[in-house]
This record gives sequence, C-alpha cells and structure tokens, in this order.
Amino acid sequence: MDSGNTLRIRFTVNEDTRELDVFPMARLLDVLRQQLQLTGTKEGCGEGECGACTVLLNGEIVNSCLVPMAQVEGSQITTIEGVAKGDELHAVQQAFIEHGGAQCGICTPGMVLAAVDLLSRNPNPTENDIRTGLAGNLCRCTGYMKIFESVVRACQRDS
Amino acid sequence: TGQALYVDDISFPEMLHGVTVRSSIPRGLIKQISFDRSMPWDEFTVVTAADIPGANHVALILEDQPFLAANTINHPAEPIVLLAHKDKYLLEEARRSVSIEVDELPAVLSLEDSLSKKEIVWGEDNVFKTFRVNKGDVDSAWANADLIVEGEYETGAQEQLYIENNGAIAIANPDDGVTVWASMQCPYYIHKALVKLFALPEEKIRVIQTETGGGFGGKEEYPSLIAGHAALLAWKSGRPVKMIYDRAEDMVATTKRHPSRTRHRTGVTKDGKLVAMEIDFVIDGGAYCTLSPVVLSRGTIHAAGPYVSPNVRINSRAVATNYPPHGAFRGFGAPQSIFALERHLDKVAAAVGLTPAEFRRRNFIHEGETTATSQVIREPVDMEGLLTRALDLSDYHAKQERFKRENANGSGGLKRGIGFASFMHGAGFTGSGEVYLQSVVSAEATSEGTVRILAASTEIGQGTNTIFSQIAAEALGLDLDLIEVVRPDTSSVPNSGPTVASRTAMVVGKLVESAAIGLKQTLIGAGLLSAPYSQGEFQNACAQYIKKFGPLRSSSKYEPPPNVHWDDEKYQGDAYGAFAWAVYVAEVLFDELTYEAHVEDFIAVQEVGRVINPTLAAGQIEGGVAQAIGFTLFENVVWENGRMLNNQMTNYIIPTTVDIPPIRVFFLENPYAYGPGGAKGIGELPMDGAAPAILNAIENATGISFNGVPLLPEDMMEKVSTTARGDRFE
Repeated sequence: MDSGNTLRIRFTVNEDTRELDVFPMARLLDVLRQQLQLTGTKEGCGEGECGACTVLLNGEIVNSCLVPMAQVEGSQITTIEGVAKGDELHAVQQAFIEHGGAQCGICTPGMVLAAVDLLSRNPNPTENDIRTGLAGNLCRCTGYMKIFESVVRACQRDS
Repeated sequence: TGQALYVDDISFPEMLHGVTVRSSIPRGLIKQISFDRSMPWDEFTVVTAADIPGANHVALILEDQPFLAANTINHPAEPIVLLAHKDKYLLEEARRSVSIEVDELPAVLSLEDSLSKKEIVWGEDNVFKTFRVNKGDVDSAWANADLIVEGEYETGAQEQLYIENNGAIAIANPDDGVTVWASMQCPYYIHKALVKLFALPEEKIRVIQTETGGGFGGKEEYPSLIAGHAALLAWKSGRPVKMIYDRAEDMVATTKRHPSRTRHRTGVTKDGKLVAMEIDFVIDGGAYCTLSPVVLSRGTIHAAGPYVSPNVRINSRAVATNYPPHGAFRGFGAPQSIFALERHLDKVAAAVGLTPAEFRRRNFIHEGETTATSQVIREPVDMEGLLTRALDLSDYHAKQERFKRENANGSGGLKRGIGFASFMHGAGFTGSGEVYLQSVVSAEATSEGTVRILAASTEIGQGTNTIFSQIAAEALGLDLDLIEVVRPDTSSVPNSGPTVASRTAMVVGKLVESAAIGLKQTLIGAGLLSAPYSQGEFQNACAQYIKKFGPLRSSSKYEPPPNVHWDDEKYQGDAYGAFAWAVYVAEVLFDELTYEAHVEDFIAVQEVGRVINPTLAAGQIEGGVAQAIGFTLFENVVWENGRMLNNQMTNYIIPTTVDIPPIRVFFLENPYAYGPGGAKGIGELPMDGAAPAILNAIENATGISFNGVPLLPEDMMEKVSTTARGDRFE
C-alpha cells in the first residue's frame, strides 16, 4: 500500500492507547481485526444490517463496518475482548452462557455489546425495551427468545 | 469473550487471499477467457479447469458438478477462474479484469419449462430423480369418495443466512498433501471431494473444522466447493490461501432451499374420513444434482403427513433448471410438502363441513397403523393429545370465537386469526441411509481418567458438544467436566457421518453412549473396576489400565434397530427409525391498510422422545420456528435471469427481535427405545409447521385462502383487492 495516503490516528481500544498509520477511509472493523488482531469483532454483512461487528465508540454502539478510521481519532473503543474484567465475565456474558443466549456464537460478540449498552442506559428494561434495544443485531440460530431471557437474567444478577 | 476462532480469524505467514471469477449468464458455452493487460498478472496465481490435478467434479451423489467450468456454463454463478494474491483490494480489481466470452444458450428458469422440456439442460429429460409411492389402489378408491378436493401449492427459495459466510483456508503441496480448515457441517464430505479433486490417497487429505457460525444445511455440501477452490490455489501457488465469501457472493453463489410445487387431489367420505390421496410433488434442483434426490425423498415421504389413508399415490420429481444448485436446508424437502398438505387439509375440512381440528382427529395415525410408505408405526403416537394440548395452551377455541366477533365489527382495519398445523418429522437418514453410512464413534480414556469423544459430528451452534458430553457422562456416571469432545479433524476422528437430518443426538448420540459403555466394560473386564463405582475409582482404573495395557479406546459402529426394513425399489417400508410429532398454533394480526401480517403468538407442542437438555432443545425449536416465520412472511429471493438480485441483508429480510412473537415451547416426553437415553431427533422439526399454521391463521382472519410462501404484503394486497368483499365472510 502507498503509505503516502495514510493518516496517523490515536485512539484507545479496551483502555489501551493505540497509535496507528491507517488509510482515513479504512473500516474500523478491518483495523481491529487485521492490525490489532482483535478478531472477536465479526463481519456478517459489511453494510450495517446484521450487527455482528458492533463495538462501543465513546460509549455508543456502532457498526464498525460503517465507521471510517478518520472518525476514530481521539475516541474510546470497547470491543468484545474488553467486556470481561480479567477472568471475571460480565453479567451479560455469564447469562448468555447459562441461559442459551448463544448458539453458534457468531452474532454473540455484537449481541453482548448491544445488551451491555442497553443495560448501561436502562438497568431494568421491559421485554419491549430489550426487543427494541437489540433490533440492530440479527441472530439466525436462537429465534431471540433465549437472548431476551439472558438479558433479563443479567439484570437480576446485577441488582 | 471473542476468543473462539472462526475461519476468517485464522491467518498463516505468507498467506494469500483467493477469489472466484464466475459466469454472469445462466447457460452457454465458454469461448475465451481474457485477462485485461492493465493488471500485473505475473504477481497473481491463476487457476482454471486445466490446472486440476485429479477429477473436475465435486464428489457427492452424481458426478455432474465441476469445480471449475471448462466449456459449459449451467448457471449464473458458475465458477470459472480462481485468482490469488496477497493484497485483497488488488485482487478485487483483478477479478473485474477477467472477462469470459460466451455463446449464450437458452436457459430454463421455471419448473414448468423444465417439466415440459422446453430445453434439455440436464441429462436426457431434465429429471434428477423420480419417486413413486403407492399404497392401496387410488384409481378404484375415487368411487368410494363422497367428495374430491383439489389444490395447488407453491414454496419459494430460501437462503440459509448463517451469520458467518462460507470460508476456507488451504495449505497444499505434493509432499504433504492437502490440509483444509473451514466452516462446515460435514468434514468427510469435503475429504471425499478433495481425494477425487487431487487424485491423492485418503491419508494425504486432512480436513479440520473451525468454529462454525451457523449452517442450517448451507454448510452441508457447499463447503466442498470453496475448500476445493482454496486448495487448488494453494497447490499452484505453494502458499497458504484463504478464501472467504462476502455476503453478496455467499448469497449469489451458494445453495438455497429448493422451490417446490405440490398438487393435491383428495377423496373423503361425507363424515370426513380420508379415502384416497394423490400427491404430485416437484422441486427445482437448479443446475446440478447436489443432494436433490435426498431432499426429494424426504419431501415425498412427509407429503402425506401423520394421517391414515388406505389409498395413497405420490409422484415426485426433482428437476433441473439454470439456477445455481439448490441444496440442503433444515427440513430438507419436508417443510415444502408439509406446507402443501396442511394448507390443503384446512380446505378439505371446510369442504366436508368439519372444523380443521375435528377433520384431523378423524384421520390421525395411531400405533399399529401404516403411513404412506406402508411403514407400521411401532411406537405410541398421540397426535390427538398433542392437538388438544396445543389448542388448550393457545386458547384456540375461545380466541376463534372472539376474533370472529371482533373482525365482523370492523375492528379498525385490524383482523385477527388463529390457525394450526399438525405434522411429523422423521429423524436420521431416510430408509437404508444409516445402514450405508456405517457411522463410527470412538471414546478414549486418558491416564488422568478423562474421556475424549471422537466423532466427525460438528458443533455448529446446536449444542452437539454439550449433548455428547451429557450422554457420555450419564453412561459412565461421571461429571460433565471429565468429558472432552474432540474438534473434528479427519486425521484423528472416525467418520460418524454428516451433521444433518436431525441425526446427531439420536443416531450418533447412541454411538457415543455405546462407545462410552465400551470403555467401562473394558475396565470391568480387565478386573480394574466393578460397579457401582465412584468417579475416583473410574479415574484410577483408567490410569492402571493404560499403564498395564496401553491406550484405552472403544469404538462403536451403527447397528440398525431390529425389524427395520426398507425397499428402495418400491419406496416402501420403514422410512425412519423414529418420528418426532408436533402441533403448532399461530395467532396472526392482519392489517387491512398495510396488508402486513404479524405473528402475535406462537405455540409449539411436540413429542421428541426424551429431552436430553431442555435449554438446548427449546433453543432448537425457537430458532427453527423463527426461520420458518422468515420463510413464510419475510424471505423472498428475487431472481433475474437465474441470478439472485437481492443478495444483501438490506433487501433480503430475515426476522429481527421485533418481528418474532413469543414462541412458547412445550414437550410431551415419550422415550424412544433406540435413542440415547430415549432421545429422538429434533433439529429440523420446527421448520415444518409454521408456514401452514400462519397461512391457515391468515385465512381465518381474512377469509382468503393463500397457497404460496413467501407471502408478502404485495401478494396479499393483490388478492385481497381482487376478492370481492361479498365473497368473504359469507
């Protein structure tokens, strides 16, 4: 690649500061997966429909396949690798494991981040809040029932 | 946590990326392949059919599908040239710089044109496979019928839409042979295909399953192609090659559910007993045979449902067209033929003046009675009980009354309806399939006293590893954490058959159980263990055995249950060792303004033998019902000249969190003697019942009978607006 067109970008990923030379229009998804080897963020559609590439950018959920690196300068990113604290799983992760919220696992990183984001804004969501909060994340295995149940259980565990 | 590695998460040093150049026309002859001079082609690895070291066909049932088309194009996604380069972006440009010059031939793009032989596009008559099922004497039975009801029903293609696209990585050279890592359901399908493609001995081919992000049949036979392509590029370049489809390519090129057309002619007496059923079932196989004969077989056997009719005739055909090959998808032909039957029986019930429930009650099959293939049911079957339970749980009768009243009062342009379907699904391979497969599972003890289960059955999200661990732990009386299910790798696991046909828990699980019991018996036989024993005693015994005699391993091979007979010629006999039985009820809200139908409540009641793991079992049912709701109301493949036009998640719509009703799942348990701990197959069953239940509910709401899926608002608008108001609610 022609390095003449790249831009130096500083941002934090899972609380580590990173400084990278990247193309301004490179997708955040590719930089996370290829340059930082954070492969927990998945690509499902490449057009912002499926939510498999969900990450938190400055505390808000985004589809990282739609975020150009130019927008990442100075921001804080949380990926699925940054959700657990060391060996201690987040309540949402634990609930997904115990209540069948994950089957094949490919949508799970994005789904967990969307659920973490939902609970951070609304610690006691109704079923309708959960449905709306996760509507940007597609799952083809579960039919969503066990995902809703997992989110409800995660709230109970938290409170 | 994001730690699990799917195929696209794996890299090797010096790895290249691979892409496929495909045809753009549905049918024609390749005249010339030209490479635009602006690209630095010497940097690329270029593979065509001429580079194939062995046989240029994907070994499966027939040998008709090439890995790379050499002369003839039979569908618009036919692979012709493969390219590899280290730079993914340059590779994309290169793909667009290859042009395929063709002489176009007329294509066949409908079932009707294929059946009428408008053009012969496959074999001598466009027919991949025909089945004929005969029970009794249909021709003379019509005379005994008071009423004959006819109907025609259609179902469309459906994309599996696993969230992880198809992908493979290969390392291949003449010294070490070929190693492939891929997202897959069936390691030994790929193994067999690569042996032929490279003309190498079996031990030179190694296939390893990576974490697999959903399959649903879409990773049953297709991965043989992408694995072969990656391996051909690796063989020629001498470097590791990764090939990952993006969503658009995955949707255009890979298999979908077979579209179908079913015609019913049904004779009944005036008190609602079935006298004769004549069923004509046709599926569109696409350009190559793939698994169409097996899909057709399952669809044919399920076409007459869980009912008894003394006279049944089923004629079925899988025919060729110039669409990309259709292939395996959860349910495997049964959702298509069951949709037709369960829609049709509501019509027959209305014609004889019975409710849908009462009509079915008068015809349900019981223990000792025979199915369409003359299989005597040898297990207790309680379809009446399932129906009663499902109607009670859904408050069916009260709701029907209430909806009738409310709908008649206008109800502000919103109409509600409730409908159901009753059905069965055979578990395991059809007929003699399991006997031919000769599946093997091994169990191996370590000196620490842990037990490793070796099988080629894949974990694809459905819970194989948990179920196998539970079965082995229960058989040996050990804790779950002492059992390890080894990742499928053809160099270390025996062939336990493909992960398909709802066979993994029931058929392979039974082998896991007997292999595990074999370990225990070996230890007891060696005098190192006696029952009852503690976990510690078992672990000690393993350590002593290995010290004294060496490796401790036990293998178990498939044995058919006693008294199972199947006649492939007549298509008669015991089609499946066991059936799962079910009644599903759907409640629908129909909006007269937008013509949208929304499923508001869904009850799934089934008998699947003993439930091994309630969370996983309910997860299978809920996921299958959600896919079936997609099949019914959302998922529409738009074709243009044989090619999928809406090959994006933006315009091929699958249900989201807000589209799925509460799915309420209930199991009635009736342990099956030949399944592990009494279990039967479960995975495909939930795909079968939703479509007819929902369309029956829409008819209940609107008074209009729809006979095809997917059923989109625009389809409903057309029929609702052309049906005079007076014709409804008479």
